[in-house]
Amino acid sequence: MEHRLDIWLWLLQRGTAVILAIFVLIHFVTIVMTMGNGVSAEGIVARVAGNELFVAFYGLFAFAAALHGAIGLRNILREVTRAGRAADLFSLVFCAALVWLGLRAAFGLYGLAA
Amino acid sequence: MSLNSAIMKNSNDIDLGQLTVLVWRGGETGAFETFKVPRQEKQTVLDVVTYIQRNIDPTLTYRFSCRVGVCGSCAMTVNGRGRWTCRSNISDIAPEDELELAPLRNLPVVKDLMVDMEVFFDKMAAAGGAFEPADPTLADFADVKPDSRERHAVEAAIECIGCGICYSACDVVAANPDYLGPAALNRAWSLCNDERDGHGLQILRMVANDAGCLACHSHQSCQEQCPKHLSPTKSIAGLKRAAALAALKGKL
Repeated sequence: MEHRLDIWLWLLQRGTAVILAIFVLIHFVTIVMTMGNGVSAEGIVARVAGNELFVAFYGLFAFAAALHGAIGLRNILREVTRAGRAADLFSLVFCAALVWLGLRAAFGLYGLAA
Repeated sequence: MSLNSAIMKNSNDIDLGQLTVLVWRGGETGAFETFKVPRQEKQTVLDVVTYIQRNIDPTLTYRFSCRVGVCGSCAMTVNGRGRWTCRSNISDIAPEDELELAPLRNLPVVKDLMVDMEVFFDKMAAAGGAFEPADPTLADFADVKPDSRERHAVEAAIECIGCGICYSACDVVAANPDYLGPAALNRAWSLCNDERDGHGLQILRMVANDAGCLACHSHQSCQEQCPKHLSPTKSIAGLKRAAALAALKGKL
């Protein structure tokens, strides 16, 4: 059982890495393209609030980042502390916190349309 | 005196100076002891160790066998790097006339320069390194195509003689004593590609975990220090790839 969890987490970390590589690129290109007009809170809200594409993109972005980071943290903790289950649990909580924070930010901006 | 022995004597008479040799003494705890050893032409590190044992301190413990880079017994940490002492010329590696000799890292020290290799070989077995014939009833030679991809993969990994230098070089082993290590995984990969062997999937199940191939950081210290210039890192990457494919196909 243990080896199955390890290999699936390994695969998931590679998969999310591919998503992150593409999404970070899109994120940077978007920033560079919109920077020409300067950055203002109003401009950002006008662009993203109520935009389904935006919330889907950043929702998935946050989810991928949370999984990728938490799996990496688990690897480091297990190797350095040899803590095993405690490292698993800590990484799981860390992952849940990142998902919550990320989705809260994306949906928070999305909801500003009202 | 024959001409040959006269020449030999003369060459030995040339004063090439002295080597300052720091040698690890003790077991897991201990200290470096300094010896002065006369330099000679074409002198290997193993010659230096042997000189110390025969002429200065007969209690010095070390291991060697073939003296010609075939058996791998004489591997030690020389000036901070794993080397076969029999194949390391002083003139190549100690330009400052200083030498520091320690046992291999990551293995229990028996005494002085000798380590206990048991765990190293146990991990070969734990990685499924023992050959298991695909067809035990096959009486004839297996027909292995010399140009197949699998045969080339075996070619790249098969020359390992189990000296333990990669295991000593590996930082992941240092951090995680359960990690199978480069040599055992390299052996596992060569068996996975050996069409005469029938337990490839079982090998993947044994190594595709956090104490096996997935733990490798790809630092490549193993291949950097391997005296045979093998690439355990590449073999481990092959295992990762094969294990990932097997998992995706639901076979693992």
